[in-house]
Amino acid sequence: MTTDNIPNEVLLELEALRRENEALKQKLSSQTELPMSLEEFRRYGRQMIVEDTRGVEGQIKLRNAKVLVIGAGGLGCPCLPYLVGAGVGQVGVVDNDVIDTSNLHRQVLHDSTKVGMLKCESAKDVLRKLNPHVQIKTYPVRLNYSNAFSIFQGYDIVLDCTDTPLTRYLVSDVAVCLGMTVVSASGLGSEGQLSILNFASVGPCYRCFYPVPPPPNAVSSCQEGGVIGPCIGLVGVMMAVETLKIILDIYTLDNFKPFLIQYSGLPNQTLRSFKMRGRQPSCKACGEEKLITRDTIEAGEVNYEAFCGARNYNVCSPEERINVQEFEDSISSNEKLSQILLDVRPHHHYKISHLPNTFNLTVKELRDMEGDMSLLQNEIPEIHNGSEVLVMCRYGNDSQLATRILKDKFNIMKVKDIRGGFFKYIDDINPSLPKY
Amino acid sequence: MVNVKVEFLGGLDVIFGKQRTHKVSVSGNGDVTVGNLIDYIVDNMIKNPRDKEVFIENDTIRPGILTLINDTDWELEGEKEYVLEDGDIVSFTSTLHGG
Repeated sequence: MTTDNIPNEVLLELEALRRENEALKQKLSSQTELPMSLEEFRRYGRQMIVEDTRGVEGQIKLRNAKVLVIGAGGLGCPCLPYLVGAGVGQVGVVDNDVIDTSNLHRQVLHDSTKVGMLKCESAKDVLRKLNPHVQIKTYPVRLNYSNAFSIFQGYDIVLDCTDTPLTRYLVSDVAVCLGMTVVSASGLGSEGQLSILNFASVGPCYRCFYPVPPPPNAVSSCQEGGVIGPCIGLVGVMMAVETLKIILDIYTLDNFKPFLIQYSGLPNQTLRSFKMRGRQPSCKACGEEKLITRDTIEAGEVNYEAFCGARNYNVCSPEERINVQEFEDSISSNEKLSQILLDVRPHHHYKISHLPNTFNLTVKELRDMEGDMSLLQNEIPEIHNGSEVLVMCRYGNDSQLATRILKDKFNIMKVKDIRGGFFKYIDDINPSLPKY
Repeated sequence: MVNVKVEFLGGLDVIFGKQRTHKVSVSGNGDVTVGNLIDYIVDNMIKNPRDKEVFIENDTIRPGILTLINDTDWELEGEKEYVLEDGDIVSFTSTLHGG
């Protein structure tokens, strides 16, 4: 073909189109070679330009990371959005609990419209909108010895945001068996603790720190002991920092030293880092003689319930207890109250709300009187061995202990425990009273 | 005689009149160890004798309480045998479980 009879402008146009085609091809191929989309470059830019993250290299590590978060409560909620926001590729959330109004002051992924919804699904809702590049998987189950391995498998790092010693031992044991690093934290009141366990399968595990569990009566939950939202929130955010450092290889076998960070919110905010023991040769999970293995855990041979124990509150016989309806009938039947009503909740609980004509003495205060009636009469002048006493607490546990003390130590025989306590009374009899 | 600072963290202060830090002088002939300090705390600082079991079990610190000497796990420092020096800080912190 000759170009003689083709107009010059057509040839020029053809040439321009060829050039444009070439440029487009090049642009396309250079784009497919980019490690992530242009949107992701923009999204992660602010953290990529922090030199320690090693830019694109670090971002790819984050994208390839698989992190399992156990618990979407006071620690999980503040931690999760930072992991998802940072672009951790796969995030699993384990929680079988549903949202309660009393969670909302600290569990910041949930809100008032979601009360009653599964926490893991509520978290997923928020996180999906935060970063659509992240794969989020939910596990609405309670972690136990038979399901833990199948849930953990496939993840690199596990975050322990749980709330009982039992699950803390289980999480650590399973992670040791699977060679996973654990970021473990806890909080109560205005304090928090944070540690990295089984780091690269050389660091100490939870059992190295705590070979013997605490006695059950020394363990307090957030429901019982209370918790300041931002204090536990800060610890949750610190967990995200530690997780990113593990993924980005900022911790190495050379520089990692076992530690435990202790945060105190009151009276002045302090953050202390304690230097901790290394892996213990005597440890049953990660030591020289490994008694805790996948086989023994999955066979149920590692009895976590028996190991951690439980508080025994059932110290009253059925005849020593009445239900809230019987309680209501007996206090409303006679005009002048013949019974003594004793509320054994902590004083600061009692101050929030209580029934009229009640006395407030805690189990500890009763126990410390060591059965001395005159000390008891200092607080409740009309009480004597023949008095009829009705005892209540928040849920009907401590009131049983108090009933025992009054009967066995003070020899007051007509004492009755109110089943289900003050909160059951509010639920069934008088919902106009404040529950907290 | 050695002068040290003792701290009770993680809620342990409730059995010490809600005071978190205490200046403590422990007297003794020759070396004063952390073991001596623990005995001193149990005998002199726990207000209510019934609270001793919150701090001590089977003659040692109760499981669930971490003991730190100058911010270091006492396991690395010889535990009860560690010889105290003036200005040392000994901290006891209850393990937290809430989440």
